[in-house]
Amino acid sequence: MRKSLVYLIPFLWLLALFFVPFLIVFKISLSDIALARPPYMPQLDLSEGLAGIRAFLSELDFENFVFLTTDSLYWKAYLSSLRIALIATFLTLLVGYPIAYGMARAPHHWRPTLLMLVILPFWTSFLIRVYAWMGILGQEGYLNQVLLWTGLISEPLSILNTNTAVYIGVVYTYLPFMILPIYAALERLDISLIEAAEDLGCSRTSAFWLVTFPLSRPGVTAGCFLVFIPTIGEFVIPSLLGGSKTLMIGKVLWEEFFSNRDWPVASAVAVVLLLILIVPIIFFQKNQQRQAEADA
Amino acid sequence: MHPARFTFSTRLTFLKGTDLAETKDHQAVFAPWEDPNEAPLIRFRGVTKKFGTFTAIHDVSLDIYRKEFFALLGPSGCGKTTLMRLLAGFETPTEGQIELDGHDIAPVPPNQRAVNMMFQSYALFPHLSVWENIAFGLKREGMAKDKIGDRVTEMLRLTRLEQFGRRKPHQISGGQRQRVALARSLAKAPKLLLLDEPLGALDKKLREETQFELMDIQEKTGTTFVIVTHDQEEAMTVASRVAVMDAGVLKQVATPSQIYENPNSVYVAGFIGDVTILQGRARKDGERYLVDWAEGQPPLVTHSGVEIGPGETCHYAIRPEKVEIHKDRPDDDNVLHGKVIDIGYLGNISTYHVELANGQIIRAQSFNTERSTRQAFTWEDEVWVNWTDRCGILLAG
Amino acid sequence: MRRLSAFNVVSLTLGFAFLYVPMLILVIYSFNESKLVTVWAGFSTKWYGELAGNQQFLDAAWVTLRVAFFSSTIATVLGTMAAYALIRSGRFWGRTAFSGMIYAPLVMPEVITGLSLLLLFIAIGLDRGILTLVLAHTTFCMCYVSVVVSSRLITFDQSLEEAARDLGCTAAESFRLVTLPIIAPAVVSGWLLAFTLSLDDLVIASFTSGPSSTTLPIKIFSSVRLGVSPEINALSTIMIGIVAIGVIIASLMTKRSMARRLADEAAADRAELT
Repeated sequence: MRKSLVYLIPFLWLLALFFVPFLIVFKISLSDIALARPPYMPQLDLSEGLAGIRAFLSELDFENFVFLTTDSLYWKAYLSSLRIALIATFLTLLVGYPIAYGMARAPHHWRPTLLMLVILPFWTSFLIRVYAWMGILGQEGYLNQVLLWTGLISEPLSILNTNTAVYIGVVYTYLPFMILPIYAALERLDISLIEAAEDLGCSRTSAFWLVTFPLSRPGVTAGCFLVFIPTIGEFVIPSLLGGSKTLMIGKVLWEEFFSNRDWPVASAVAVVLLLILIVPIIFFQKNQQRQAEADA
Repeated sequence: MHPARFTFSTRLTFLKGTDLAETKDHQAVFAPWEDPNEAPLIRFRGVTKKFGTFTAIHDVSLDIYRKEFFALLGPSGCGKTTLMRLLAGFETPTEGQIELDGHDIAPVPPNQRAVNMMFQSYALFPHLSVWENIAFGLKREGMAKDKIGDRVTEMLRLTRLEQFGRRKPHQISGGQRQRVALARSLAKAPKLLLLDEPLGALDKKLREETQFELMDIQEKTGTTFVIVTHDQEEAMTVASRVAVMDAGVLKQVATPSQIYENPNSVYVAGFIGDVTILQGRARKDGERYLVDWAEGQPPLVTHSGVEIGPGETCHYAIRPEKVEIHKDRPDDDNVLHGKVIDIGYLGNISTYHVELANGQIIRAQSFNTERSTRQAFTWEDEVWVNWTDRCGILLAG
Repeated sequence: MRRLSAFNVVSLTLGFAFLYVPMLILVIYSFNESKLVTVWAGFSTKWYGELAGNQQFLDAAWVTLRVAFFSSTIATVLGTMAAYALIRSGRFWGRTAFSGMIYAPLVMPEVITGLSLLLLFIAIGLDRGILTLVLAHTTFCMCYVSVVVSSRLITFDQSLEEAARDLGCTAAESFRLVTLPIIAPAVVSGWLLAFTLSLDDLVIASFTSGPSSTTLPIKIFSSVRLGVSPEINALSTIMIGIVAIGVIIASLMTKRSMARRLADEAAADRAELT
């Protein structure tokens, strides 16, 4: 009895505060907007019994989802989110892999310190880390000051409020998520495998591409998913670093909810976003499972 | 079969002890399993344990007596650990009953059984000192504080750990950790102590020393020990009786020397020690059996306790140390002619692989009693091997 | 051991510079005299003074700390229970759904989690405030705690619990006397992680907080939207400083205890040889 309580309590908690809210989102996405509080219709009125439920169900429709397809803002925002997430993930990999590789090749007694240095930013506020780039990338920002001073440019670059700034923000804030799994995969790699490859005639470069990289691929996959999935729904980075032309679905949802107060459409946006995310999430879980099995 | 004769030599250490209470009627051997009046401490009655569709233990019936040092021996996955966990209470039998002192123990949870276990990993609590580890079970029992102190001190002395009471498990060596685990499981003075591969984590030299230490402690405390091991030498050294298990079934339960000299199956003969097994057909010749086993080779002779019908297929097992090797043809039973093709030199003994005309290889061992770098036989030597008519083991089937 | 190649040294140097220079600039310019944050006009701590006098920020900080404390504490209890259920209970009814619900919030976009919780609170008529914030934060934090704790429980030698049972403990006692003390470091780091996540959260808090329960991130976000401000630089420096000191102390402590442990083990092995 007591044993079952151990899982029943957290189970019920998640059921009530994670699963049920989703059902509500789903339900409201099928409702109509109303100028009331809460601003949607219909609401389930159980006091009318079965008739109430029937009336409730009959008023649900897919209108909001149809609306998402007719207004180009939405599907453009989905596509643009996917594109930004894809490019940002690739850039994070380009930046993160050499760092992870360098860490895995570093002397043993350095590694804990290097690892701590990678994890440390993760403990500092996400918001502050994004904010730090506002001062760097602005028209009069530190980056432009340095570049103008060195004479590399004569006109200040406008980076802030563009997609470039969003890419920089994503790479910066999500870098630890990319480095850590790749480092974990590279660190386990037996150095004698590379020596064997070189012994069998590989150059350093070809040993890297034929042995090291393939063996680090589970880490690369995990890292890419860990960056890609949350970036799609990202809100803080596009709203602080992105411009008016930066279309990301997290921002659209936020504005739909807080500015337009169109809850049913915001809910429909959330439902579609969730459907888009299910595919990469399942792939990610598969990858993690395979790795866990390979370790066992 | 004369088990008493065999136990005499293997249990000599037991007899050297002062506690001879068990050897009633001036009987010179410890063999309660032969005494019909002796009630067993543990009794398995038709115990089967299934995990889903996998049968880990199949219909095991077994009696274990007080003060026995009982070994469960078998390859990994044979069910020996499951059998032990059934005793400890971490598993419950799917079918059958286990009795401790005549009472069914199925309803008793592990924390209330008068059975303690020494874990393969030792399972020492890393956050507690050696002293606190040993006192752990006593505190749970609600023993008075001063009594706990006395008992822990006694246990530390028994396991020669007096100076290490205040250390944490990671501050002592592997051998010492093993002794702490033993002290902790003995502290509550259980009726039965279970030891799961207790010496598996120690290196060979330390393991051999510790085997004798274990026997010594078992004798001093008079506790019944059940040990699980995959190491046949260990089982043979420490145990009063050995149960050989395979695929969830008890193959043979007997004293170490019976298991070695009178195995009851090809499996047991092959599992314990080194052996050459030949297949043939038996026929009776007076007191003895003749086994025809190959065209152009003389029949093999042996005395046997096993009854085998005329013309039935059987196996003939012979252990290498029983086989003698000669330059000239000896005048005896079981004489075979062949050629030395391989020599394994181990210092104290040499094993010769002798190939017969039909391709069969017979292994013969001889003690290197003289100090010489030159061997009596070398590769390609034509030799004769033979053994007496009491050395071969006849196995049915 | 191979020497680090020039490539490795360069990539490590540039990589860590990339990670730390932006924060360093933030810290340096928080001591800038000028209101124009990008122009250096001499050293000053006046923005820290202004910050200390800003009642709105202080109120928000107090709300945030209280929410973080309560939600991380509840999340630690629930997350540890969930981890224990996942790793130890074997198969039970609804296990797949359970583990799905534990891992899903980790990858769920915050806008969705926030929106769905808000809609729940409205549906059940719960006014937004500290309570709704704590409920929301507990929910996503407990998942992180359970991941941290379950990764420790996987490597936990189960025979330790069996040994405790064997020596007379009930299931609850063996958890309290053996399991919990051993996994305590993981539980503590789970709590710390939950605490920082709660402190840090902007999106979910924006959905679930009421007008009287504005948190520090919400406050920072609304002022930062208008541009860089020296006060926020000062606030950021304080937050970075607290985290840096905390992490450095923690890593020094683990390093020292590891070193002591290794020395102890070496001494024990030497003692056995003699």
